[in-house]
Amino acid sequence: MMDETATRDHMSWYQATARQRLAGLLDPKSFVEFIGPSERVESPHLHIFDLPRAFDDGVIIGRGALGGVPVLVAAQEGQFMGGTFAEVSGAKLVGLLRAARDHKDLPQTVLLLLDSGGVRLQEANAGELAVAEFMRAIVQARSAGVAVIALVGGKSGAFGGAGLTAGVCSRVIVSEQGRIGVSGPEVIETNKGVEEYDSRDKALVWSVCGGKNRRLLGMADAFTADSMAGFREAAKAQMTLSAPFNIATLQAEQKRLTERQEKLGACDDANAMWKILGVKTPEAVADMDAAGFISLANGIKDSNHDAR
Amino acid sequence: MTLDDVLKSLFPSGHQVKVSEAGWITGTATRKTGGPISVIGVANGVALGTAGVLPLAAQVLDVVAQGGDTPILVLVDTQGQLMTRRDEMRGLNEYLGHLAKCLLLASHDGHRTIGLEYGKAAAGAFLATALATDILIGLPGAEPAVMDLPSISRVTKLPEAQLLKLAKTTPVFAPGLDHMVLMGAVAKVWDPAQPLDAQLEDALAAASPEDRRDVLGAERKGRPLAAQVARRVIAEATGGSSDIASP
Repeated sequence: MMDETATRDHMSWYQATARQRLAGLLDPKSFVEFIGPSERVESPHLHIFDLPRAFDDGVIIGRGALGGVPVLVAAQEGQFMGGTFAEVSGAKLVGLLRAARDHKDLPQTVLLLLDSGGVRLQEANAGELAVAEFMRAIVQARSAGVAVIALVGGKSGAFGGAGLTAGVCSRVIVSEQGRIGVSGPEVIETNKGVEEYDSRDKALVWSVCGGKNRRLLGMADAFTADSMAGFREAAKAQMTLSAPFNIATLQAEQKRLTERQEKLGACDDANAMWKILGVKTPEAVADMDAAGFISLANGIKDSNHDAR
Repeated sequence: MTLDDVLKSLFPSGHQVKVSEAGWITGTATRKTGGPISVIGVANGVALGTAGVLPLAAQVLDVVAQGGDTPILVLVDTQGQLMTRRDEMRGLNEYLGHLAKCLLLASHDGHRTIGLEYGKAAAGAFLATALATDILIGLPGAEPAVMDLPSISRVTKLPEAQLLKLAKTTPVFAPGLDHMVLMGAVAKVWDPAQPLDAQLEDALAAASPEDRRDVLGAERKGRPLAAQVARRVIAEATGGSSDIASP
């Protein structure tokens, strides 16, 4: 039994499937799924493209407990169509947030295990709308006092609509592998050329959208090692820290983002930004282990705030 | 319609709406009723990056801070989010999310927000502006596109000709104002031959923070399942029947 727990704790979040992440994150046997795969609520559009469907359309939602605290959860399966937002996968997310918003007897903490390249292009219009509805539902839930926590550490990262989604959550947790952005490196390279962004330069890509940069800029509130236990402990800690969603919080965010633009707008690379933020040896950041990096980031002023 | 034509027809008694050199729209105007309206937006099809978000979000926050119920009009003609390595490095997703949050806060605090798409609109910039309003209006000739067809062709590995043929039978993926109407994204397409000031009043009267876009998408048969699936989730979550298959 101990061995099983230890194995579960050390399992990589990055390598895991969405269902494995839920099993690794939540208290044992606490997860109850809504609209499970047996109900076969699938995409009504993928067959047009002769593409296989998934019984859950790549999104798993339900309720569970974390450290004994009841939570609602959603997990995107990055290994099915890149975890994309589409008509059905998106509507499951929207329904979950609307439920939290309108029903005070439901858990008032929502954990979003984001793993998505953005909108599913085969359902581009429906997917884009689903993101818009999801963002509105998240903000309305937050206004009603619900804490919405994003966890990012999967293979598809959080790009496009998933990146914007992270930007409207109460708190954000990221691992080193958790990339967050709007346009991915391949998209920018295709549109603007390899001189603008070389998507095959892994160190460059990592320094632009990787978890360490996101944590240092204050775009993520917590950094964790790539493990089930790491995400679990970080989520437990962040669950109670959400700022109220109101004008004061957004004015503080406006100030924070304005200052970032002024301070870092001229920087051409991440090392230059980190130096200005107060990291003494930016070139050492890439090789730092999780514990060392967490301690570094916790000491940087701009990395720690309640303004989101 | 050009932006000048749009503004003249919306506010025949005059306005103080400016377009910066970079293409950011800010200012105020007077409605047909005599009341004020705050106006922000993106002009000339420019892309929205971290720098562009800030003046727009600042004006929305000012309106909210002043209290009252002054509505906010968001004019949109943007090719999408700015695609640069530096903007991504500085956290463009957080900036775009911030603008969306400001508009949604305004809506929550009693300011009706209305999007007017008169040119292009795409991807992340679309989500942060027009799609974050209470009601979205299109003008004929507007070109909303999540992704252009050549890019969809590249990702789906289907030739453009085949995609164009498919687009005739489903509105779910291909760019176009008609498709966005069927999705429930665009509530109404205005008639440019009629004065826009009266049409603005109608739209403001119809606007509400309640998100009915999925219901509209079902009624218009563009999104057959979204509203139904969202309702079913709520029913299961609250322990109700999961067999709610129709409204």
